Amino acid sequence: MTQILMPALSPTMEEGNLTKWLVKVGDTIEPGQVIAEIETDKATMEVEAVDEGTVTELLVAEGAQGVKVNTPIAVLSGEGEQPSPLPRGEGAAQRAAGEGRSDVRMTESARPADRPSPPTPSPQGRGGLIPQSDPEIPANTQMIKVTVRDALRDAMAEEMRRDDRVFVMGEEVAEYQGAYKVTRELLQEFGAQRVVDTPITEHGFAGLGVGAAMAGLKPIVEFMTWNFAMQAIDQIINSAAKTLYMSGGQIKSSIVFRGPNGAASRVAAQHSQDYSSWYSHVPGLIVVAPYDAADAKGLLKAAIRNPNPVVFLEHEMLYGQEFEIPDVKDWIVPIGKAKVRRQGVDVTITAHSRMVGLALKAADELSKQGIEAEIIDLRTLRPLDTDTILESVRKTNRIVTVEEGWGQSGVGAEICARVTAEAFDYLDAPPTRVHQVDAPLAYAANLEALALPSVEKIVDAVKAVTYR
Amino acid sequence: MAKGNGKQHSAEASKDELLQYYRDMLLIRRFEERAGQLYGMGLIGGFCHLYIGQEAVVVGMQAALKDGDQVITAYRDHGHMLAAGMTANGVMAELTGRSGGYSRGKGGSMHMFSIEKAFYGGHGIVGAQVSLGTGLAFANKYRKDGKVCLTYFGDGAANQGQVYESFNMAALWKLPVVYIVENNQYAMGTAIQRSSSETHLHKRGISFNIPGEEVDGMDVVAVREAGRRAVERARAGEGPMLLEMKTYRYRGHSMSDPAKYRTKEEVDDMKAKHDPIEHVKKLITDAGHATEDDLKAIDREIRAIVSESATFAQESPDPDPSELMTDIYIEA
Ligand SMILES: Cc1ncc(C[n+]2csc(CCOP(=O)(O)OP(=O)(O)O)c2C)c(N)n1
Ligand SMILES: [Mg+2]
Repeated sequence: MTQILMPALSPTMEEGNLTKWLVKVGDTIEPGQVIAEIETDKATMEVEAVDEGTVTELLVAEGAQGVKVNTPIAVLSGEGEQPSPLPRGEGAAQRAAGEGRSDVRMTESARPADRPSPPTPSPQGRGGLIPQSDPEIPANTQMIKVTVRDALRDAMAEEMRRDDRVFVMGEEVAEYQGAYKVTRELLQEFGAQRVVDTPITEHGFAGLGVGAAMAGLKPIVEFMTWNFAMQAIDQIINSAAKTLYMSGGQIKSSIVFRGPNGAASRVAAQHSQDYSSWYSHVPGLIVVAPYDAADAKGLLKAAIRNPNPVVFLEHEMLYGQEFEIPDVKDWIVPIGKAKVRRQGVDVTITAHSRMVGLALKAADELSKQGIEAEIIDLRTLRPLDTDTILESVRKTNRIVTVEEGWGQSGVGAEICARVTAEAFDYLDAPPTRVHQVDAPLAYAANLEALALPSVEKIVDAVKAVTYR
Repeated sequence: MAKGNGKQHSAEASKDELLQYYRDMLLIRRFEERAGQLYGMGLIGGFCHLYIGQEAVVVGMQAALKDGDQVITAYRDHGHMLAAGMTANGVMAELTGRSGGYSRGKGGSMHMFSIEKAFYGGHGIVGAQVSLGTGLAFANKYRKDGKVCLTYFGDGAANQGQVYESFNMAALWKLPVVYIVENNQYAMGTAIQRSSSETHLHKRGISFNIPGEEVDGMDVVAVREAGRRAVERARAGEGPMLLEMKTYRYRGHSMSDPAKYRTKEEVDDMKAKHDPIEHVKKLITDAGHATEDDLKAIDREIRAIVSESATFAQESPDPDPSELMTDIYIEA
């Protein structure tokens, strides 16, 4: 006797609907045979049998909603045997812990650890979350909840409506609606001339994009992930970043290169790299890496309007996260300005992209222990808003930088160098960096967790610089 | 070079060969089904690209090789590894990210290797393995060791520039490499006619003077015959050939792709009329080489191997935390 279990379609799926049984009690089934259809909010998929045997019982009725993954849904008699997860299996436990990843094209909820908990008012008034500090939000503006994914999509759609020179190209951006669904419905609104599916030819289409920009169009080049832009990095740096200079100011490339950057979940070394420091090394490029939906939208719109080549680093683990975003007509966030997300007097923490969420979590943790951290979301990595960082460090006298990528020659290294040079006299502790360990990212769940920055590592670093 | 027509070669395989192909292809299929199941249970993470439907390609090509010949491919690699003789246990344990896996849990589904079986990966960047395979062949020629390298890539990868940079060098220097493009007609959600100006991929070597052949990739014997011609030519120092395997992947691109970009009828038609395992099964039974019962016995054997691999892959411990900082450099 074998039980058939409710399968997960992605590691982040926890439950689904059983929309249809394609077999009935008494049927003999073979491996590979489609036995049922299940549905999540993202997709409908077929369940195939792995074992052969006769269906003796259907445990879950057709149409059942919210069937939990790994629940027995049917019983087979026969020679096949389905393994149940062995006790030490990390599967269910891991899913419950939310260490999910999305697969290309399915989306995901972010690791719960990323989610900032609601602001904890600090008793002493020495620190606390700044819910919305952007001066550019007019009073009485309504806030709406939007995912980072939709914020990016809306930014592109609005700019495409506004300027017919703007077009988007990349792998699977049109008919497939984007590998991560960021370009959803753009093809339907703007047509195939402006939403262009490319072959898998990163070096070629990045160069083509730069050429089109030289001719005055405004391309948005999507890389399915930034890992694949390494095929194209020559065009980004040698052509896009340098031609203005080499031509004595004649040739402009107003172009946005965008896509998810950094580690997803368990996609191993070649698919998990943070390119923040790589691109922020290069004069001629603007490098942006937003955290929440409001910045994702406002900065992407600013990037599209910017006359320079912009490298726009998104994060797959943030795409599905919802944030409040001001409901104003033309929401633009200026490039080159960091944002103080939380005020505090004891230590300055800088972070960008997904790391901002971890830093906010760490700040809550630290606040409980009497340490008030000031969190600076860098937002733009080049030009780096050194003034905001220095101003904070002059107040807190301590700095911890956080980034997802490697430490050597990293964003944190640059910040620490600037702080040391320009606020040396204010420092009460050595500037300290939190970053990925100095190794390629492993696939194994335990090694991956050890390698990446975590709330705990940030808390530890802050305690070290505050001598607690 | 004449165009290969699969079916006419079928008769040339012996009873033992056919039974071996059946067994090897079935192992891949059952292994992949079980991998899909473990993924559904959350035991496998990340990306997991299944090879179901394409089994005849690697099994047929492997039959054309000698010991020591190399194989390199992309991320859809489980079938290639099993065909190369790597163990189901070692592959499955890598899928679950455990210390018993071929990369001791550090590589996962897309990155496994075996020097012993001359399998060079397992690569995640579309097209990159084509230059690497050309380099393996360069080393073979340099050493005059008579080895040939099979370099696999997909129809989508066929649009990457480095493929053509490699073709040129391989033909220029007559390197012992065989290029095999597994044309399963889709690259993720993109059907080949939406991405390629020339969809007959075996013609893609013409301007480099690389002869090409279109092969029925659902017919293991046709694959082996074409493979033999190409491997012999490469071994004789006459340079590369490009074999276009017409094949089909039954499942989505990776585990969570519902594959809405093609019709159910298209997939069902492939499964019903062109299944590579059914094809070889029919050759076996038609010739009276084995009865249904004999084949059932093979099925059971395969099922046992796969079940054992699933158990092994769950029982094998996580890699030791010390593995985090090993294998980054070689002590010099
Ligand atoms: C350089 C690069 N670009 C994009 C990707 C994302 N990607 C992974 S597989 C794939 C489709 C490849 O299709 P094909 O070559 O036909 O191989 P198949 O999946 O059909 O085996 C894409 C676009 C990648 N891994 N590497
Ligand atoms: Mg393909």
